[in-house]
Amino acid sequence: MTNPFNPSDGQQIGARLNPAVAGAATTVATAPSADRPHTSIPERRKRGFLFWARDTGWRHLIGIVMLVFAAFPLLYVLSASLNPTGTLVGSNVLFRTIDFGNYVELFQLPQQPYAAWFLNTMIIGLTTAVGTVFLGALAAYAFSRMRFTGRRVGLLTLLLVQMFPQLLGVVAIFLLLSGIGDIFPQIGIGTQAGLILVYLGGALGVNTYLMYGFFNTVPVSIDEAAKIDGASHARIFFTIILRLVAPILAVVGLLSFIATTSEFVIASVVLTSPQTQTLAVGLYQFISQETSTNWTIFSAGAVLAAIPVMALFLYLQKYIIGGLTAGSVK
Amino acid sequence: MSNTTPGTDQPVVTPPPRTRGGGIPARVMATNSSNSLRGWAFKIVLLGLVDSLAVFAMFVLFMQESWLIFGITLAVTLVINWIYLRPGGLPAKYLAPGLLFLAVFQIFVVVYSGYIAFTNYGDGRNGTKEDAIANIQLTSLNRVPDSPTFRLQVLEQGGDYAFLVTTPTGEVFLGSPDEPLAPAGGAELDSTGKAVAVDGYTSLSFADLLANQRAITTLSVPFSDDPADGALRTPDGSNAYLYLSALEYDEATDTFTDAAGVIYRDGGNGAFVNDDGRELIPGWTINVGFDNFVKAFTSDNIRGPLISVTIWTFAFAILSVATTFALGLFLAIVFNKPGMKGKKAYRLIMILPYAFPGFLSGLVWLGLFNQDFGYINQVLFGGASIPWLTDPWLAKISVLTVNLWLGFPYMFLICTGALQSIPEELTEAATVDGAKPWAVFRLIKFPLLLVSVAPLLISSFAFNFNNFNIIYMLTGGGPRDVTAGVDAGATDILITLVYKVAFGAGTGRDYGLASAFAILIFIIVATVSIISFRQTKALEELN
Repeated sequence: MTNPFNPSDGQQIGARLNPAVAGAATTVATAPSADRPHTSIPERRKRGFLFWARDTGWRHLIGIVMLVFAAFPLLYVLSASLNPTGTLVGSNVLFRTIDFGNYVELFQLPQQPYAAWFLNTMIIGLTTAVGTVFLGALAAYAFSRMRFTGRRVGLLTLLLVQMFPQLLGVVAIFLLLSGIGDIFPQIGIGTQAGLILVYLGGALGVNTYLMYGFFNTVPVSIDEAAKIDGASHARIFFTIILRLVAPILAVVGLLSFIATTSEFVIASVVLTSPQTQTLAVGLYQFISQETSTNWTIFSAGAVLAAIPVMALFLYLQKYIIGGLTAGSVK
Repeated sequence: MSNTTPGTDQPVVTPPPRTRGGGIPARVMATNSSNSLRGWAFKIVLLGLVDSLAVFAMFVLFMQESWLIFGITLAVTLVINWIYLRPGGLPAKYLAPGLLFLAVFQIFVVVYSGYIAFTNYGDGRNGTKEDAIANIQLTSLNRVPDSPTFRLQVLEQGGDYAFLVTTPTGEVFLGSPDEPLAPAGGAELDSTGKAVAVDGYTSLSFADLLANQRAITTLSVPFSDDPADGALRTPDGSNAYLYLSALEYDEATDTFTDAAGVIYRDGGNGAFVNDDGRELIPGWTINVGFDNFVKAFTSDNIRGPLISVTIWTFAFAILSVATTFALGLFLAIVFNKPGMKGKKAYRLIMILPYAFPGFLSGLVWLGLFNQDFGYINQVLFGGASIPWLTDPWLAKISVLTVNLWLGFPYMFLICTGALQSIPEELTEAATVDGAKPWAVFRLIKFPLLLVSVAPLLISSFAFNFNNFNIIYMLTGGGPRDVTAGVDAGATDILITLVYKVAFGAGTGRDYGLASAFAILIFIIVATVSIISFRQTKALEELN
């Protein structure tokens, strides 16, 4: 699966899920700083500001510069979305007027069915996320809990597959779906079902390894206890293990959702009619035709499109920490 | 699937070695696994659903006589049923669904890409030779001078048009562009004996005809199953005439001859071609061996752009990782200050670019960088007209800047985590030994940090190597190199080149050449990952 966010997100989060690392990250180092000058009290009072500026103040200076760099484009697009003048050049004075006209107009464009794009993106993103989590969890459970011939090769293959994003095969995917569409139009070119199937093909490659690592942290003694109590393997998996690994399921699901909603290459090739397209495809075509005149309406569309993804992302940050403190797994 | 089947005769589930506790004897599990009636029923229902889908698929395939795919579907269905119905073989039960998708949409796709790279697949070259012959006969139609006049009623059904024709002798036929003419029973006749309606179709009124004139005058309805018999077309919507192919196909010699007597032969490269080199459209798909690769590496107007695109792909990926890592590490050090106020707020704002959807970032910066109206030129540079996205070098810098904006928060996060996980004792020990802070960082913290982030840097490189969105959204690969034989520009990376060659507007679609480029990426990525895997192993051993 193409992942607009770094594919190593997973690994990073995996590392952050590891309480050892996270513990270190959340504990403020209490050891005395090595470069703290041993000045006497009167001296320190006299040169208080200078000392603060040299010790901490410059850090704030850099912080403020970075805040401007990081936040400015976002503020700019927010401001443009509230600007009634409509054009790019009119958007250059930030927050001159506040007007929600663009948001209203956004939903009334006949050629650009924004509401449909938004809905399509959510449907495709959620279905893919759920499917990815399910397929990945099944495979991770097998790799983590069972010993079978080909297990090692399988794990290595997964690592290898990870290296090759699906978008490299976009030509083959297009021709494959065209071929399938001749026989089954329901999942051929132009259908969202076909696109979701393609995305699910990337499910194992991207996230199974991450899940596998987390499954390994759940003690096998839990499985064994359940087995002794007479639970079947399916019961153990669905009612016990899946609950214990919920944090990683959430993380993988959200990552998959975020990646799918931003995916452009395959979606642009598979989804041909505007009614079926996703936000990434639709908004790109909308703005690439007429950058300057459509700017403020595009901005409104961009803000609305970004809100769910950003909200999920920030929520994901919290969830990881929450998953760590829940402590049910260790 | 082959990974799992060899082991399926051992339904023994043993615990992973690293965990505590002993294993449960296999027989205990075996007796327990069959006691869930509800689970069993659920499984049967699910399997039944899958099977009925498969049977439906096989039925359709049978009707279409696609025997190969029919066979594969049948085999896969049987294997799935075998996996889920037999006792034991647990790993296969858990792995099968994911592996099925992986096999079709990832592994098969890769193999198929490899196959396409050795064909001339592309615009006007995407069918079999028989299709191409039939198509040429149907598209090069000329009206037969003494054609009888067929009285015509144009019909419509679900957006497709059909012809209801009455022959001069009063017989009624129905046909559409996809269905040759066939006798139509039960048609409704008007007072002159002309058929005007038939069940299941809507008859078009004169106003409808006028409104859809252009579409209707381009329709051609085959006269019979044999394309050589010609087709019916209508110049006015009320009368149809017989049209015959201007190009006559001779099966014995496998040539087309046009009215002037010019002969078109199978030129061996997937098209009929005459002595002057003129090709008939469409052609068909053939295997061309290494032609695409040869073309990519020897044809001057492709090799040049391909080399510069490859160099820029590496430069872009390396510089992206280097700049984001440098800024991220710098910020991590700056903000790794115990007791500093507002750290959380800084951190929250700084990860916003990372949370912002990737495809939107490129588009937002597209507006900021706009040469005539953008904020950067208009406000920051006081109305200057700097060609941020249209000058080859400035465009490269712009792309890197935007990618820095997108990527530094990630590096900041991982560097912060890595820095804080380095034990404080090491710093203390070094300080006691008299090391200055810079030496502590350079000789102790940085090497340790590198060990833990090196794998992430490598995967970041691999990601940026194929970072399609940022390039395509921001510059579209432009500014275009006008001398190139393919649609390549100054900021194009390999993956955007593949996309533009395969699906780009303006130039014809060339799937074969695009797949050859994709194979090239495969080889590069594979080489880089093999080397880097070894390198990281070496780094880990250092630790």
